[in-house]
Amino acid sequence: MIDSYILNALYAGICVSIIGGGLGCFIVWKKMAYFGDSLSHSSLLGIALGIALGINTTIGTFVICSVFAMLLIYLQNKRILSNDTLLGILAHSSLSIGIVSISLLKEKVNLDSYLFGDILTVTSEELIWFIFATLSVLTVLYSIWNKLVLITIDANIARAEKVNTNLIQAAFLALLIIFVATCVKIVGILLITSMLIIPAASAKQLSKSPFQMAFFSSLIGVLSVISGVLASILLDTPTGPTIIMVLVIIFIIIFPISKLIKI
Amino acid sequence: MLLKSQNISVVRKKKEILKNINLEIDYNDFVTIIGPNGAGKSMLLKCLLGFFKPDNGLIVSSPDLRVSYVPQDFMAEKSIPITAFDFIRLNKNVGKQEIDKISSEFSVKDLLNKQISHLSGGELQKILIVRSLIQNPNLLVLDEPTQNLDVSAQLIFYRFLNQIFLERDISILMVSHDLHMVMSSTKKVVCLSNHICCSGEPLAITKDPEFISLFGHDFANMMSVYKHDYTHQHNGDSND
Repeated sequence: MIDSYILNALYAGICVSIIGGGLGCFIVWKKMAYFGDSLSHSSLLGIALGIALGINTTIGTFVICSVFAMLLIYLQNKRILSNDTLLGILAHSSLSIGIVSISLLKEKVNLDSYLFGDILTVTSEELIWFIFATLSVLTVLYSIWNKLVLITIDANIARAEKVNTNLIQAAFLALLIIFVATCVKIVGILLITSMLIIPAASAKQLSKSPFQMAFFSSLIGVLSVISGVLASILLDTPTGPTIIMVLVIIFIIIFPISKLIKI
Repeated sequence: MLLKSQNISVVRKKKEILKNINLEIDYNDFVTIIGPNGAGKSMLLKCLLGFFKPDNGLIVSSPDLRVSYVPQDFMAEKSIPITAFDFIRLNKNVGKQEIDKISSEFSVKDLLNKQISHLSGGELQKILIVRSLIQNPNLLVLDEPTQNLDVSAQLIFYRFLNQIFLERDISILMVSHDLHMVMSSTKKVVCLSNHICCSGEPLAITKDPEFISLFGHDFANMMSVYKHDYTHQHNGDSND
């Protein structure tokens, strides 16, 4: 008999990796890895806000990440600094502000669980939220899929053909923020981007269409979460980093295989 | 009238990029915009396509306007695995039959199952056009479509474009540097240098003093010669 906390962890992990699979493809295609990283670093401040106000930390994260994303896009459009410099400054300043604010809180907070995830403490209520978030994200992502792929390939073609590019990009950003807000619990702030990028990068080697890549990417994520959770329990290692290690191993295995079968 | 700009102006950093541009594109029209670098050609397209709102003036379009656009410098992102076939039907769910038909027409059928990131510049350009035509537009907009093509590919491309214009109920609006190549098909040339220097039929504008001062005598002569040969061959009358 598997303990219920392990089951909760597995279900929650599966939810997150399914969403991460689809969203991660766009992060790879749009070269937004650093953007995703900055966004997830900012979530620590959201957690601090949530704890300080006594509200759900996921909601706090969602609010702060949204504000942060808007600030980021605003500054990117200003073109005062190059994109990666800007992202570097914002990512680390928001991480530092987050850590400092958490340490100033009266309540004692286990920082590690936010930095590296705490999947084994997922409660049943949280699991319901995870499932709800997964279903909503999948529905929205599915409905905007083709248009979002077109925008990713060339936004001007889409715009000329009367696709509402701003609305669809905003929807994508919202989905990404929901993902970050939910994923903090699973692998932690520092490793969220790897849940997006590594499955997608592995799937890329095997895929011939965008949808196929998203499917394989989700599948690889699910496999890694299951084996990562179980391995971490057996080996008594931190779960979040163990999941990422499994992902990296899969990536390394797939690479030569894809060359052999010549996709 | 399909699309027109009424007195549009765009000012950037105190410099007038576009100055009182009046341009009209009709049904079954073929308009080519030429001009030196920095003449505001791309900006004019952006305004006409509605990507950018001009500081002054109006863009008026007919209610049945359906635009399809082939961008400048299209690069297929290598990390996106997508075949030409899937790319063609991204924004419009058309059946395989229809895609096959139009692809055979433009002899790109063997490209359909290839990844777009594996196509050459010329192949990609054709796929982009096939993709545009699938949207069933009545205005096809092309921004310097032959920039990345070598001379022979350019020739093939313009023949291809001419075929589209002659066989379909469509208008074409193009920004191009290779005016000598499009002479035979374009109906109207608009010579832009932040304002419209001159516009009209290709042959007429090569005699326009403003055109000659902008592009030089040699270029103007070269185009007149080309036009002369063309009419001579096909119409049999000497048209000097």
